[in-house]
This record gives sequence, structure tokens and C-alpha cells, in this order.
Amino acid sequence: MTAGLEHVREAVGAILERYQHDRGSLVAILQDTQAELGYLAREALVEISTGLDVPMSRVYGVATFFRAFSLTPRGRHTVNVCLGTACHVRGAVRILETIERETGIKAGETSEDLRFSLETVNCVGACALGPIMIVDGKYSGEITVDKVKPLLSMYK
Amino acid sequence: MVTLTIDGKVIEAEEGMMVLDVATAHNIYIPALCAHESVSPYGACRLCLVEVKTGSGRERLVTSCLYPVEEGLEVKTNTERVRRNRQTIIDLLLARCPESEVIQDMARQLGVEKTSYPQEDHGSCILCALCVRACEEVVGVSAISLVNRGVEREMAIPFYDDSNACIGCGSCAYICPTGAIKMEDSGDTRTITMPGNVIEFKLAKCSVCGDYFAPEKQLEYMARKASLEPDFFDRCINCRD
Amino acid sequence: MNRLSSPQELEALRESIVRNRDTRRRCLTICGGTGCLALGAEELIAAFRSEVESRGLISGVDIRVTGCPGFCERGPLVVIEPENILYQRVRPKDVAEIVSETIVSGKIIDRLLYVDPNTGQKAVHESEVPFYKKQLRLLLADNSRIDPNNVNDYIALGGYSALVKAIFKMSPVEVLEEVRKANLRGRGGGGFATARKWQTTRDAEGEPKYVICNCDEGDPGAFMDRSLMEGNPHSAIEGMLIGAYAIGSNEGFIYVRNEYPLAVLHAETAIRQAEECGLLGDNILGSGFSCRISINRGGGAFVCGESTALMASLEGKVGEPRAKYIHTSEKGLWEKPTNLNNVETWANVPLIINKGADWYRQIGTENSKGTKIFSLVGKVNNTGLVEVPMGMTLREIVTDIGGGVPKGKKLKAVQTGGPSGGCIPESMLDIPVDFDELDKVGSMMGSGGMIVMDETNCMVDIARYFISFLEGESCGKCVPCREGLKRMREILTGITEGRGEEEDIERLERLSETLMDSALCGLGQTAPNPVLTSIRYFRDEYQAHIRDKRCPAGVCKALITYSISDKCPGCGLCIKTCPQGAITLVEKKKPVLLDQEKCIKCGACYDVCRLDSVIVK
Repeated sequence: MTAGLEHVREAVGAILERYQHDRGSLVAILQDTQAELGYLAREALVEISTGLDVPMSRVYGVATFFRAFSLTPRGRHTVNVCLGTACHVRGAVRILETIERETGIKAGETSEDLRFSLETVNCVGACALGPIMIVDGKYSGEITVDKVKPLLSMYK
Repeated sequence: MVTLTIDGKVIEAEEGMMVLDVATAHNIYIPALCAHESVSPYGACRLCLVEVKTGSGRERLVTSCLYPVEEGLEVKTNTERVRRNRQTIIDLLLARCPESEVIQDMARQLGVEKTSYPQEDHGSCILCALCVRACEEVVGVSAISLVNRGVEREMAIPFYDDSNACIGCGSCAYICPTGAIKMEDSGDTRTITMPGNVIEFKLAKCSVCGDYFAPEKQLEYMARKASLEPDFFDRCINCRD
Repeated sequence: MNRLSSPQELEALRESIVRNRDTRRRCLTICGGTGCLALGAEELIAAFRSEVESRGLISGVDIRVTGCPGFCERGPLVVIEPENILYQRVRPKDVAEIVSETIVSGKIIDRLLYVDPNTGQKAVHESEVPFYKKQLRLLLADNSRIDPNNVNDYIALGGYSALVKAIFKMSPVEVLEEVRKANLRGRGGGGFATARKWQTTRDAEGEPKYVICNCDEGDPGAFMDRSLMEGNPHSAIEGMLIGAYAIGSNEGFIYVRNEYPLAVLHAETAIRQAEECGLLGDNILGSGFSCRISINRGGGAFVCGESTALMASLEGKVGEPRAKYIHTSEKGLWEKPTNLNNVETWANVPLIINKGADWYRQIGTENSKGTKIFSLVGKVNNTGLVEVPMGMTLREIVTDIGGGVPKGKKLKAVQTGGPSGGCIPESMLDIPVDFDELDKVGSMMGSGGMIVMDETNCMVDIARYFISFLEGESCGKCVPCREGLKRMREILTGITEGRGEEEDIERLERLSETLMDSALCGLGQTAPNPVLTSIRYFRDEYQAHIRDKRCPAGVCKALITYSISDKCPGCGLCIKTCPQGAITLVEKKKPVLLDQEKCIKCGACYDVCRLDSVIVK
């Protein structure tokens, strides 16, 4: 769902206040904005540029540099696959490929019906459980290829 | 003032100057693509690599555009090791921009006839960021930036469609070392072609001779900066007093 | 919390906390670190709380949720004090029994104890567990004793006494000298002499000066810093304050990567509580020394672990590194003198000040003093965090502490130093953990990731993995890294897909040479290490891929086939699981048939088969 302009302006305004319009806090401001709105709506970035008196090109450059930020609406469910070295040596790639096949999207994408957003992450520090799949913050460890489809079907 | 040697030549230079600038001032050639005297050094192309040995004996490879001169510094601009590195670098650039004549020429100069890697097509943009630096440091509008990260990095206007901040001055086209940005004035329109965007500007007409001479947006910007009336700049260079 | 305005008041508080703690009281210590949370610790903690409450035991039993004690393989972990009984792999269904048997009646529940798979011996106490025996947990031991949300726990253990000693009994120069004598070297990967960096920052011109704690831990497979920051954030804070005092700084930043929300939360709580106590902020404990610390989160970029990129990010810019011909100690954050150190480095400082450099020097080797925390992961039985004195061999760590390779497979290599490090073959695992020794074999200490690999790991695939990772994390500024890593990845992928050419190794070496010589920052400069070490020590594996189009380890999809063994009894489990319908039943009790044309080598049948009847070659 895309954000309404009033809502965006209010949310961003509050965040800018919290950081006292400090330019150095741009990354943190973008993070809080994304947490609040679900993604970095264009209107939000414009507000931030104006509010901080930072050129739009710089705000846009920072927003597109960091993996934490999404400039498009995210899916209802976020699927994270750990591709840390420990998980890799335990076969995480096959898990990712299976998820890509089942959802029809690649890592970094959101499905057209906005059901899933798929991300890869480098080490969540639960290496004893690898390979790991995290859906909406819920960890499923020692995942095998055959467990993927049943797990995904639980999320509408 | 400090004394250093570059390729055996003894040189005196002001403290704080970069080795590349000192070398250039003394007609010693060091290849470079992302350096320009009117903007700050960036260190992206890595072609200006040289071997240095400090007064205390420390040897290393450094980019001369960002290495400040020191007392007793020994600089070698064209060793075997330096040449090998430059060759790989230009080879990589040639694979990225195989159609660029500037890159082809430089490659030939450095001993690379054709690229060793599968060719791509990024036009002529080598991501040197001279355009970005000029727009920020010289012009002051920061209309463009490098977006995305890593292999997807590119020069763009915000959201690939927001040219509000651009005043059409063409500094980016002027400073681009490979001609990846082009500027063309035709009739009453200036067209700036960037990788990924084409932006048009309405040119202002000289109030004396009637020639179209500069984008209206640029003149408005200059007037605003100087706290003058928006239409203050209304004469072309030939008709000014 | 009352604000303390003198060291005497701190001591009085410490004494009163200790005095009021009944060490004979039953205490349930439950690990609440991210690893155990992933294993369901939140549910477990709630179950314990509810059980203890419903039994009316609240007044007699403490529940302490702590940080990571390191034995992640056996989580969720619960320790019951004062007997120090260790229960592993605890589930909510065990809670009622634990409370009634152990808490109330003091009886030990055998099935929850750790059993050594090699000897069959049971361990009642943490100290008896082989995983812990050979460790020297100077930094991690406190993780089990501290609730990171309660500064009193840290104070009770002697916390902030090093700070008191430094700012009241030593001059800044004396503090610096002590750290120099201890020969503390950076734990973030560079191994640079910490005191030298402090000195340069101290001598540099410019005010204000900054101290930064780098908790951007980006190496995939490493989570030491996360556990320190989650479990004992005060240890880093105290270290930073001592460093700030020595350097002449009054402002610090803790930069935590975006992917560590719990560490951010605990660090924020710790800072707030320390401020309330007067241990942080203006006029600390009435000393006249002031220092503020704030938290910043990363944006999701490995490159921001590099000091100049980190500082750019703190300035609201993209995380692009810059040349370091002028050190950040002289011109860093906002062009001011800045001292950046890793979390583990800072955590070592209070130890050095309290116990003294002479004591510290007794641990470790000639040039690598103290301990190092490693995240021991991969094909190893005892996955987790281990803290060992420098000098212990890699083999000892993998075998004695790690318990060796599971499922009877053969140990093949150990990767240290993350994407900047190298693969060390089994034959060389008797080298000691030491900055310089690891450098000599082409690897490096790095931040502490230690990945164990067995015969079913393909070294070419591993090299490709690391290069792909770095390609995705490259900031894109400099040509050799941005273009070079892409080309290296293309070549390595080609090799793993059966398109390898004779000259590929030479091509990889040429690109490696250029990256090491001309890349702008450490990411590009060290990227070739995994490739070069795997070529150096596993050249035959590369040759098998290139010449014979074969993957000896059975990993590279294009070069392997899945087949059904003769002993397959035709149970048919794989038939339903195969996404391509490539498996069919031939006859009851006879092996199933796998159609090679339809097989996409996804591995589903291999994973689901309980009878070892799927062969991958």
C-alpha cells in the first residue's frame, strides 16, 4: 500500500524533529522513515531533502546505496535467507534457489501480488542452526529443500 | 617547501600539493581520468598510480592525485609494476566501454590493443564522478549524483526523472573526460544528454542581438545567487559592456 | 538509579549490591542472545517466568536473561545457580520438570545434561564440558553473569573499576603507556597496534577528537561482536571511556550494523543507565572528565565496516571509502582526529588497566597478546563462540574445542578472516592462532570468523562464494574492485559450470595482483585472498573442474549428477518431493527411477531421503 501524502509529511516531520534536523543523521532518518512507512516513498525523500536542506541528489544517492532501504512497497511477508559462510557450506544456496522457484521472485524483489519480499542476509549469528530461513522474523533452522514449500504456504 | 624526486628529477614543491599536480606542473606525464584541476581529487580510476619511497624508507603504491608531497619522497611514475597495473585497469575499462574512443586511445597508449574480458556496453561513462564533483563544488547545485552501489552504480538525476535542480549550465558535459555527457544548442533549445536521461532547456535570447545564448534557468540561478533581479543577465557575451 | 558523584560512592554501591545478593539463592540463567532466540528462547523465558510465578516461587528464585555464553550448538542454554548446573537444548516442555525437580528439589535432570558424543561422559557443570575446557574466556565469561539490561550486574562484577583507576589514579599518558606495554592489537581484522593509533590521535591537531566503536561486523559467519554488544555492552563502553581519556576525546560513537537490532537495543539501554549513574556524560564520578557516547546504526553495507566508509556514513553520506594517506587519526570524522577500534579491542581495555600490562602479556604469543574470540562454524560439531589464548593451534580449536567434523566426514580446510582471509588446508592446521603466523600462510586473523569445511565442500565454489559476496558489497567507486571482482566472479562461475579454460587460473592471478596493488580500500585489496589461497592449496581441485569438467566434492551443479543407489527400497518419499516429477516408482520394493533429463539437481530428494539412497557425484 502506498502512503498518503499527509501521513508521509507528518511522519517525516516528526522524525526530523527527533533528530533535530541534523544532516549527519541522514542514514538514521531514512531508517526510521522506512520503519514508519514500510518503504521510502518518493514523497518522504523529498520531505527529507527539504527538511534537512540536503540536495535531492544526495538523499537519493544514499537511499539507493544501502541495502536496508527499499524505494518500492514491500510484500506482506518478508523472507530472509541467510547466506553467511556457515550457512553456505551447509547448502544455503539450494534453499535460496528453491524459494526463488516457489515464489517466482529473485532476492531483492517483491512479488507482484505483494505477498512476499525476498532478501538475503549475511549471517544472523545463529550458525548452529544453518541453513536458516526467516519469515516475518520467525526463524526456521536446519531447513531442507523439501521443507520450503510447506513453510511458505503458511503465509498468505 | 619540500624537496622530492620524480623519476630521478629533483623538484621543489609547496607542502600540501599532490604528487600528480606537481608532476604535471613539471611536464612529467602521469595518466589519469578522474582528476581535474577545478575539483577535489577522488581516486577512483587508479590510473595515476605511482611507486613511492618515503624519507623513512617505506615503499608503497599510491594514487598520485591524493598523495601529498613530502620531504625526501622518491617517486617513480613508470615502473614495470605500475605499468602492469595500469594495463589491467584500462583493460577493464575497455571491456566496460568498448565504444569509447578516449578509452581506446588510452588503452593503446598503455599497451592494450583489445580487451581480455567479455565486452559490456556502458556507453562511455567510467563513473569517474567528475560531473558530480563539478556540479557540487563548482556550480553548487548538486543536480546529479552517483546512485546504487557496486556493479550497478551509475550517474543519474534523482529518481531518474527529477531535473529540477539542474540549471543546464553544461559543466558536466565540459568536464566529462570521455564524452559520456553531451550538450547541444539548437535554436532556442539546449539539450543535455546524460547516460539514461535527456534534458532540455529553454535558452534565453540576448536583448541586444537576439541570439540565444544561455539557459534561462542558469541565468535565473546566477541572478539569485548574486541577489539580483531574475532577469538581470539578459545579454550575451558579445553584447555585454 | 542514583547518580554517583565519586569513586567512593561507586564502591559503596558495588559493595551494597554484592552484599544484598544472596549467592545461595536459586538463579535461573537463560541465554537470550540472538542465536538462542532463533531457537525459541523467548517462548522458553516466558514459560519459566509463568511457571515460577504460578508456583509461588518468585520471592525465592531469580530469573536472569543473559547474553550469549557461546555454546550455540546446544542452545537454548540454561544454567542453574548456585550449583552451576548446565542444561542444554532446553524446550518449553522441560520447564515444569526443571522447576519442580532442580529448582525446588535440587535434583539433576540427566537427559538435559551435555553428553560428550565421543566418550559418552555427562557434564553437570559448564566447566566440565569439553567445549569450554580449553577456552580462556576473559571477555565472554561475564556474558553468563550479566543481564545486559541491568547495569548493577556489571558493577557487581567490578565493572567501571578500571575507569576509576584510569581517570583518578593515572594520567592519560600513563593509560596509553599501559596499553602500549600490553601490546594490544586491533581485533577487527587489521591487527594494528592499538596504542600507536591512540598516540597518533592524541598528538593530532584539531578539536574535538572522536572515539568510535566499530560494531559493523560484516564478515558472513562472524558474530563475536554481536554477542559482546548484546551480552556485555558496558565492557565496550568502559573501554571507550578509558580510551577517550587517554586520547583527549569527549565524544564517542558506537556504530552497530543494521542487522543487529538486539545489540542496538542493549547498547542504548546500557548508555542510558550508565548516564543515570554518572558513569557516562558530564563530570564522570566527579573527576572533571566528561564524555558522551551515542549509538548509530548502519544501513546495510559491508563496506561500512571500513573506517573511512563508516565515518562517511556517520556524516550522512554514502559509505564510500577514501584514500588513507592521511590517517583518520589525523583527519577522520568531520575532518577531525578520530580513533576507531573494534568492539573486542575496546572490551580488552578495562582488563588491561585492571590487571596490568604485565599480567596481560603472559597470555598469548610473542607478538599477539591476549585472547581472541572466534565464531567457530560450518562443518563442526560444536558450533559457537570460542575464546582462546593466542597461540593455540587451529587444529586444537577445531578438534578439542569444536569436537571435530560431524557425520564422520574428513576435515578439509579452515577459513579464517572472512572474505579478506584465506583457506588453510588440513595439513597446515597446526599453525598457531597469531596475527603474523596467519598472515604468513596467506590468510589473516580477521575479525574472528572461523569456518570449518569438509570433503563435501568445493574450494572453487567457496572462492566463488566470497568473490560474489564482495562483488555485491563493493561500493563501486574504484575501477579495480568494481570491474575486477565482476570479472573474477565470471571466471570462477565459468569454472564451476564446466566452462573453465586453461588460462583461467592465470587470469585470476593477474586480476588478483591488480586488486591487491591498486584497489582503494581493504575490501578490494584483500578480496583476492580466498581465491589465491584456494589456488595455492587446492590447485588440483581447480584442475579437475577445468580439465576434467569434474567437481570432486560433488557440489558444482553443472558437473554432478544425482542418481539412485541400488539399495533404495522404493519407499517413494522422494517422488512426492521432487518439484519436476522426475522420479517414478518402478516396482514395489525396488529402487525408484530418476529421469536425468528432468532432474534440475535441486537436492530435494537428497534432503528428504532417510535411507542414504540418493548419490551425488
